[in-house]
Amino acid sequence: MIHTRGLTRSFHVKGETVEAVRGLDLDIEAGSVVAFLGPNGAGKTTSLRMLTTLLPPTSGTAVVAGHNVLTDPSGVRRRIGYLGQGNSAGSNFRVSDELITQGRAYGLNRTESRARVERLLTALALEGLAKRTVGTLSGGQRRRLDIAMALVHEPELLFLDEPTTGLDPHSRAGIWKHVLRLHKELGTTIVFTTHYLEEADLWARRVMVVDHGRVIADDSPDKLKADLAGDRITLGTADRADAERAAGLARALPAVHEAIADDTEVRVRTPHGDTQLPVLLRNLEVAGVRAVTARLTRPTLDDVFLGLTGRTLRESADATTHDGA
Amino acid sequence: MKVFNDTRTAFARELGPELRQPAGLLFTMLLPFLFLVLFAPLLSGMAHPSGGGMNTDSPWQWFVPGTLVLLALSATAGAGASLLNEMPSGAFERMLVTPLNRASMIVGRALKEVVILLAQALLILALLLPTDFRLRPLGALAGLALLTVFGIGIGTLSFTLALHSRKQQTLFYGVQQMVFFPLLLLSGVLLPITEASAPSWLYVLSRINPATYVVEAERALFDGRFAEAGVLYGVLAAVAVAVLGVIAGIRGMRNASV
Repeated sequence: MIHTRGLTRSFHVKGETVEAVRGLDLDIEAGSVVAFLGPNGAGKTTSLRMLTTLLPPTSGTAVVAGHNVLTDPSGVRRRIGYLGQGNSAGSNFRVSDELITQGRAYGLNRTESRARVERLLTALALEGLAKRTVGTLSGGQRRRLDIAMALVHEPELLFLDEPTTGLDPHSRAGIWKHVLRLHKELGTTIVFTTHYLEEADLWARRVMVVDHGRVIADDSPDKLKADLAGDRITLGTADRADAERAAGLARALPAVHEAIADDTEVRVRTPHGDTQLPVLLRNLEVAGVRAVTARLTRPTLDDVFLGLTGRTLRESADATTHDGA
Repeated sequence: MKVFNDTRTAFARELGPELRQPAGLLFTMLLPFLFLVLFAPLLSGMAHPSGGGMNTDSPWQWFVPGTLVLLALSATAGAGASLLNEMPSGAFERMLVTPLNRASMIVGRALKEVVILLAQALLILALLLPTDFRLRPLGALAGLALLTVFGIGIGTLSFTLALHSRKQQTLFYGVQQMVFFPLLLLSGVLLPITEASAPSWLYVLSRINPATYVVEAERALFDGRFAEAGVLYGVLAAVAVAVLGVIAGIRGMRNASV
């Protein structure tokens, strides 16, 4: 569905060249749900803009839905749906007017467009709002409308750029419910960007971790977590000496990557915490070291990012001033 | 015809909110009325500014065509402002991702301004019917057609300016004023600019101004004179502005993303 080779985009900002995307090589097959995860300014949005024909690449090629973004942009545009970070529907317009216009823009006739709009309004729980002015909708309603706009022509490929940013948890869940149902019913390929870790974790079957314009990891959320972060075992001991000895015993286990004693706490990193924890506890008992508490934590994608870059996603977001747009 | 359909789609989208807000439309339509009320009394005692050569003696015959060009300049120059308001949201971006023809997108937008302009023009003409202004239907029709082409040109240029000012909105209003007033003052809408009446540098500047030719062509057409060099020049000037506007607009859109 998407194939890119060496896709690059640089911007000139105040006499300096900023490389927003550096040599992106992507192969995304039809029917997948892929997340681009990374801090602000990582190049997620710039990548999406190139794939949706909004921004010409500085170099490299991209074939989207079978058409080259540079030589046949209209071929790409006819087949994709796009939800940008902003609101797609103009705030002075009527909900139904904007949706019908959108259908007309994709070459549907008025009757066809109307029929689709009826169905979409129901599907996205927007019935009853058809005659409202867009500007009077709530944030969640507006975002659902944006999704309806992106789906009027039933695209085979849907790009969502931070679809739920700024929404409350309830609305966020609603958005994903609708998007995933469409994915199931129509087999739509979905590519989305997010900086909500749990969204990438929950909904994507493939996560591409992006940092400084490069894809630094690319796998299913579970494999990324197992391979790049691992589980975390935290033990509490009665005193410092026990903690030191426990850390030493943990390090002796072949599957353990790291074990650090910190006061009366021991932190152990291992890809297979569920099997390692019982072994470790047995070994402690044999050696006469008493563990007071034991806790197993499954990693998050933030741990993956931390493992890859040495920074957490949150820190990176705060440190970034240039929003790579 | 995709281009035709797409233009209609873009045009219908922009017109929708106007038709749904009758109050706004009413004010727009009051403008020509105000113009006539506040300007007409000054003309009644005035000598004919054309210095002869026209088929009728009414000063309106000379002023009205120019007034329509003035309206065209001020009304369609604002076409970009609506886009400027829409760009920070995602509404314009989403249009760019659709397969809508790029020329249709901007011409459709400009046409909305032109349709309102034409309604204002018709209102002015209707209000003038009881005066000694002589309406020549064929000439007026041709004049309005020329106004449409010129309006599309100014509208699409304004649109292009908006595209380039997306990061600095003051640029849009600054440049627009800087261009609007010279175009207007140098077109001979308010006072005739002739070799005899104007200093030579001003005269030369007015001859470089495409609006001058449009004004002159409008005057000839509304006077029922078709077979004149001035009409041809006016048509050429309007078409040139329109073609330039559309090309510049399409180029601007290619790099429109923020």
